[in-house]
Amino acid sequence: MATSDTHGLWAQAIGRLADGECTLLGLWADGDVVHMALLDRGCRIDRVSYRCTDGSYPSVGASHAPALRLERAIRDLHGLEAAGSPDTRAWLDHGVWPTSRQGAAPADYKFLPAEGEGLHQVPVGPVHAGIIEPGHFRFTANGEHVVRLEQRLGYVHKGIESLMRGADLDRAANLAGRISGDSTVAYAFAFALAVEAATQVAPPARAVALRGVASELERLANHFGDIGAICNDASFALMHAQTSILRERVLRAAGACFNHRLMMDVIVPGGLSRDIALDGPAALRTLIAEVRKIFPRLVELYDSTASLQDRTVTTGIVKPEYARRFGAGGYVGRASGRDFDARRDLAYAPYDRLRFDVPVLEAGDVNARVWIRIREVEQSLSMLEQLLDSLPPGEVRTVFTTQGASEGLALVEAFRGDVLVWLRLNADGTVARCHLRDASWFQWPLLETAIEGNIIADFPICNKSFNCSYSGHDL
Amino acid sequence: MRRTLFEGITHAALTEAPPRPDEAALAELAANVNRAARARLGRSLSIRQVDAGSCNGCELEIHALNNAFYDLERFGMRFVASPRHADVLLVTGPVTKNMREALLRTYNATPAPKWVVAVGACAVDGALFGGSYAVVGGVKDVIPVDLHIQGCPPSPTDLLKGLLALVEACSS
Repeated sequence: MATSDTHGLWAQAIGRLADGECTLLGLWADGDVVHMALLDRGCRIDRVSYRCTDGSYPSVGASHAPALRLERAIRDLHGLEAAGSPDTRAWLDHGVWPTSRQGAAPADYKFLPAEGEGLHQVPVGPVHAGIIEPGHFRFTANGEHVVRLEQRLGYVHKGIESLMRGADLDRAANLAGRISGDSTVAYAFAFALAVEAATQVAPPARAVALRGVASELERLANHFGDIGAICNDASFALMHAQTSILRERVLRAAGACFNHRLMMDVIVPGGLSRDIALDGPAALRTLIAEVRKIFPRLVELYDSTASLQDRTVTTGIVKPEYARRFGAGGYVGRASGRDFDARRDLAYAPYDRLRFDVPVLEAGDVNARVWIRIREVEQSLSMLEQLLDSLPPGEVRTVFTTQGASEGLALVEAFRGDVLVWLRLNADGTVARCHLRDASWFQWPLLETAIEGNIIADFPICNKSFNCSYSGHDL
Repeated sequence: MRRTLFEGITHAALTEAPPRPDEAALAELAANVNRAARARLGRSLSIRQVDAGSCNGCELEIHALNNAFYDLERFGMRFVASPRHADVLLVTGPVTKNMREALLRTYNATPAPKWVVAVGACAVDGALFGGSYAVVGGVKDVIPVDLHIQGCPPSPTDLLKGLLALVEACSS
């Protein structure tokens, strides 16, 4: 990992992004320094930094669109301007904080124009019709067909990164576990890895294996929930009812193992806060057997129901070119040909010793995103078995003290894609600055492209096939 | 598909016996719920869920209430798509400043008589997020709350105990 402060390298990095030589992993500010994390073709992570002398830095978004919203967020939260950016509208700031800028209020927000005969706008949200997080969608439609969708997010911004500042590691880990409840394990994992990278601490082998167990349980629960919910948005309630049962069984097994259904606060810097329950492994074996019995039948049901396929095949296509350029993680990227999975390509423990395949498809439609999830369920079951077969004995937590100021970065594959955590620790072990970037940052913009030309009535199914996090994005 | 449907008929239902209504919730509701409103609503409640800033953990467990194990609808309660159809607002999250206006408008769009149930530790007092420049605090800091259901997130059983207490209070 290289850190630099020279302006030449910043310009060079922008050029590499624009040429498609590398992928943008994150863009964030720390005081008057802006950091950029890049992933090159050899899956090496580079960091390039720019120290702002006059409160501004050369815009990355001007030549690489995926950076635009990140730059708007940096401006809202840190006051640093992206010089030359084509989009200077507020993003997370809705004009109601003590630190809000002039013109950030929703009434002053200018949605991008769409012109043409017979176009009309449909505003949706922030409060939606289902049990779902808040956000605003502005559709411009011609009859039923969507000409443009533009999102306005930031409604659940809680100021988490500012709460992290000065927090001790326990409190910071609790906050990291509440960035996005559905990915609490992945966030706690990424936070712990970043702290361990900064402090050179190694967690015990048993904790490493159990981190894998918790991560794959979280992936299973979410994939079951998503597969059912996507089918439910095509009014195929039978699938939803069946996968909801599987999801509940996963959560109950997780609760039996770690005393919390979503496994919050289980992974901590240095290892785990608790060992797996004595009867946990047996509960997981029962779960795996149950899923193996039921799930193949549901997959067949999905594959053989023509009325359902009619709704998912060729709906909401994400072009492979966009998935690559935006570095879309998870099923959104892998359903559109982007062959990346942090578990395989960065091979962090315990995945360095597990055998698994990373499914990749090219079609990029709702159907492909369902199939990626189906294949990943099968892989997760196999990984769980491998982990249980060789669960090391011993302690689950390494007690450590921080020595001196330090920095760490980690990338973890959550169910929806890679989560990035970068942090800088003070000498006393408190957090000086912590940035957490959800996979949703690079998926939300692709949803805008996927819905174009589809009918408004297909938006829920497209949206559910992405299942982006609002809270993870809004922070 | 036939096999799956057939098994649904021949196998015993997964639905579990209901838990007893939460005693603390009953006490909180006895003080809050208006007698005249009880008579009008009987045992059927329409619930509108509003996320006012949660991490989405509470939403996951609220969703679970609809699965075969908890089957919320057997108690006469169901989730509706609009506040205009609702008797109960189920509000999660520390209320963020960015959601304060939307929560107020949702509350005002709900016809009386209505109840507000604040779900999760954050909805009680902001929990971990209290003190942030972007957070107002608990739900009660924005709209009147009739019942609090604790937990991070509350389990579906905890949610059910609280909601059953609400039905009990509304129909007694």
